Amino acid sequence: MGVKIDQKILKALESESIEILRESAAVFRKPVMMYSGGKDSSVLLHLAKKAFYPAPIPFPLLHIDTSWKFKEMISFRDGVVTENGVKLLVHTNQEGVVAGASPFKTGISEYTRIMKTVALRQALDQHAFDAAIGGSRRDEEKSRAKERIFSVRDEGHKWDPRNQRPELWRTYNTRLAPGQTMRVFPLSDWTEIDVWRYILAENIEVNPLYFAKERPMVKRGEQLIMVDDDRYLLLDGEKPEMIKVRFRTLGCYPLTAAVESTATSITEIIEEVFSVKLSERATRLIDGAAEDSMEKKKTEGYF
Amino acid sequence: MERSIIRLLTCGSVDDGKSTLIGRLLVETDSIPHDIIDSTRNIRRSGSTIATGEIDFSLLTDGLEAEREQGITIDVAYRSMSLLDGKRLIISDAPGHEQYTRNMTVAASRADIALVLVDATKGVRTQTLRHLTICSLMGISRIIVAINKLDAMEYNQSVFEEIRANVQTALTRMHLNDVLFIPLSALASDNVVQGSANMSWYEGQTLLESIQDWRPAQAIDVSARMRIQLISRAENFRGVSGTVHRGSFTVGDEVKIFPSNQSATIAKIITYKKEIQSAHDSEAVTLLLEPEVDATRGDLIAASKEELHPSNRFNADIVWLHEDPLIHSRSYLLIAGSSQTPATVTRIRHKIDVDSGSQNSAANLGVNEIGSVEIATDAPLTLLPYLQSREFGNFILVDRLNFRTVGAGMIRHSLRRGENVVSQKYEVNKAARALQKNQKAQVIWLTGLSGSGKSTIANGVEKRLHALGMHPYVLDGDNLRMALNSDLGFTPGDRAENVRRISEVAKVLVDAGLIVLVAVISPFEADRQCAKSLFEEGEFLEVFVDTPVEVCVERDPKGLYKKASKGEIPNFTGVGQGYETPKNPDLHLKGDADLDENVSKILGEII
Repeated sequence: MGVKIDQKILKALESESIEILRESAAVFRKPVMMYSGGKDSSVLLHLAKKAFYPAPIPFPLLHIDTSWKFKEMISFRDGVVTENGVKLLVHTNQEGVVAGASPFKTGISEYTRIMKTVALRQALDQHAFDAAIGGSRRDEEKSRAKERIFSVRDEGHKWDPRNQRPELWRTYNTRLAPGQTMRVFPLSDWTEIDVWRYILAENIEVNPLYFAKERPMVKRGEQLIMVDDDRYLLLDGEKPEMIKVRFRTLGCYPLTAAVESTATSITEIIEEVFSVKLSERATRLIDGAAEDSMEKKKTEGYF
Repeated sequence: MERSIIRLLTCGSVDDGKSTLIGRLLVETDSIPHDIIDSTRNIRRSGSTIATGEIDFSLLTDGLEAEREQGITIDVAYRSMSLLDGKRLIISDAPGHEQYTRNMTVAASRADIALVLVDATKGVRTQTLRHLTICSLMGISRIIVAINKLDAMEYNQSVFEEIRANVQTALTRMHLNDVLFIPLSALASDNVVQGSANMSWYEGQTLLESIQDWRPAQAIDVSARMRIQLISRAENFRGVSGTVHRGSFTVGDEVKIFPSNQSATIAKIITYKKEIQSAHDSEAVTLLLEPEVDATRGDLIAASKEELHPSNRFNADIVWLHEDPLIHSRSYLLIAGSSQTPATVTRIRHKIDVDSGSQNSAANLGVNEIGSVEIATDAPLTLLPYLQSREFGNFILVDRLNFRTVGAGMIRHSLRRGENVVSQKYEVNKAARALQKNQKAQVIWLTGLSGSGKSTIANGVEKRLHALGMHPYVLDGDNLRMALNSDLGFTPGDRAENVRRISEVAKVLVDAGLIVLVAVISPFEADRQCAKSLFEEGEFLEVFVDTPVEVCVERDPKGLYKKASKGEIPNFTGVGQGYETPKNPDLHLKGDADLDENVSKILGEII
């Protein structure tokens, strides 16, 4: 592998994430951990097991299912739940489903708002969770680079980027005023490579969609999209063809582009990520046009 | 000792070429995705002289200007990069002129190294001294003064030497002993990652080398410590979880738990699915102690030979982070690691001028101001001087009403007078005393404007209770100001102290088994909440005597509204100072309603 990496980095990142998870369990009335079945979720779940051992994980997992996730995400998710004996809650915005929200008809940003942002707010309110732990990393996107580890949301889950609590040392202010909730990001300082190296080092099971395989794909502009079921609206004369691809990030299948790849093991993935040197979110359609779109989504309550 | 993750703070503004320097560092260490680098080849800021197709390094880290244009929030941003020796560098970039001290304090709190940029074309400016003052206060281990834009000064050695001499003069008043000076050009790539052919007179390290070369200072005192974060409970198992700091804990070690001073032995050290023999610095572990002592979250575990002194009085430096100023005598929540306790700043010794380093006397601390204070905590804390331990010497202050983080503190030393006072236990207690009087000891706290009728109502309630053979007592705000509180005025700080003293007196009287009626304006919610927090659940009844201000002005029993309206009483509630209406009073009385009716309502609550 081309680049030297100090193995102790993973140990240091792990310890700090465990400290954040323990803090969350100790101070919040009813925390929940977001779980999507993606690689960051897999790492987060593994860290939670480590943080509380020999006690079980003291909070449930929550998956916001938009109903357009890859089929393999759902099957992988259910397998992990059974294997680990954790409690999983799945929430879908049923009003959105009834209204016919879809990545094809509704427009990407409105679809994301209804099926992800609103759905998340519904689920947190319905269960009265006061803290939601997520796997976002600061290296993912510019506005995430400014995110706190413990990030307060005001009433209605709104994020006010201009009014964030200063976060100093490792001294966390986890107190909540009435109506406020907390988002917690234990993986803040991790990078994409760290996540893969940790998966390799700890032998963590990850979703098969990350490994290269021949899959039915269509090409939209520069992007390769997998036709995961017959809801995908094909253009006139468009026919899926089998291409060997893998995914760098997972989400709603019509909005998540694949990369052509031959990587079939974690080691090969790590080599590929090193050599390709493209930003991870380049394969996500939802982040799209405006530079500050993530900050806008987050102010509405997106993770 | 080696550290695998190094944290770097960058201070300077876009004009000093900070974004270009960070951008250059990221690109030349191959730490930034290529699609992002390519995106800077074709976008240009207005006025940019960089040819299209070339990389504009300054665009890589969305500098201040770009953020302003796009309306993106100006805040501390964190970026990771790989050093060439395999270590990780996390850069915390503190932009912003308006909130400079606050942003920089946040970014500096975890930084090992500070990169202080000086624009060679401009020389040392006030902001350079401000950066160095804050770095010194926040305990940053190494300072790298990067003298940038030397390409614009013909790489002249004398320019570099003059700036270095000027900075060194300022350094004499600071606690900084590892300061490096590097002449460079971020734009022309001199001495950033590569050396420079243009400055053969310089034989020192490049910027990257001086970062990679840093090692943490050897701690003088290396015995291990751990704060308990969580009590871990499973079947037949009760352990304490936390992160080890410095040194190591080994199975069989004798340890002490502070502040309770109990002793125990480490029976097991547990990590995921295994037991280990030793736990080292920064490791998150769970300890099994024998015997199973009464330890809780917030307690500190240390080697038994350690002499730690929990205290409730400290000298500290505070950086004030919020627009509402620090109010002396007001109670804040102090958070230090996993401990939380109410705390009061009892004295502001002086304010530090960040530009000159001089000390000025101060009555309060505004946003971005730094002061040296004395602080008193309700519960004893095991804290160490910040210069000795950043980890156990820091704390934050939090507003008790809205829970905003308002202050950042660094312990100078604990004041020993706190530890010599030990609470004495008596056998006849509050419950016994109240039972003998056949009543429930409690406090009825009447708050409202001057002239709202608080004293009149308190008088009515006391008469009725007395007639019933009960034991009430009225604490009247005005009467107490003639004696106990005669040294206090009416500024928010003095009002906070006034309420604090009255609530402490009320607490003593409740302990004596009495029904205490307090009649005091107590205009600030924070102070009333603080008073309430002294009492047990159900012991404190907040009664809001709600009288329209016009009625109070008309009553004006002491002629005070008349004086205030002429400007003779500057901080008079309702005229020169606000009254914060109670949010959730236990009882809300109409102050212009019938007196007997109001008295009966209170009696209904206490009998």
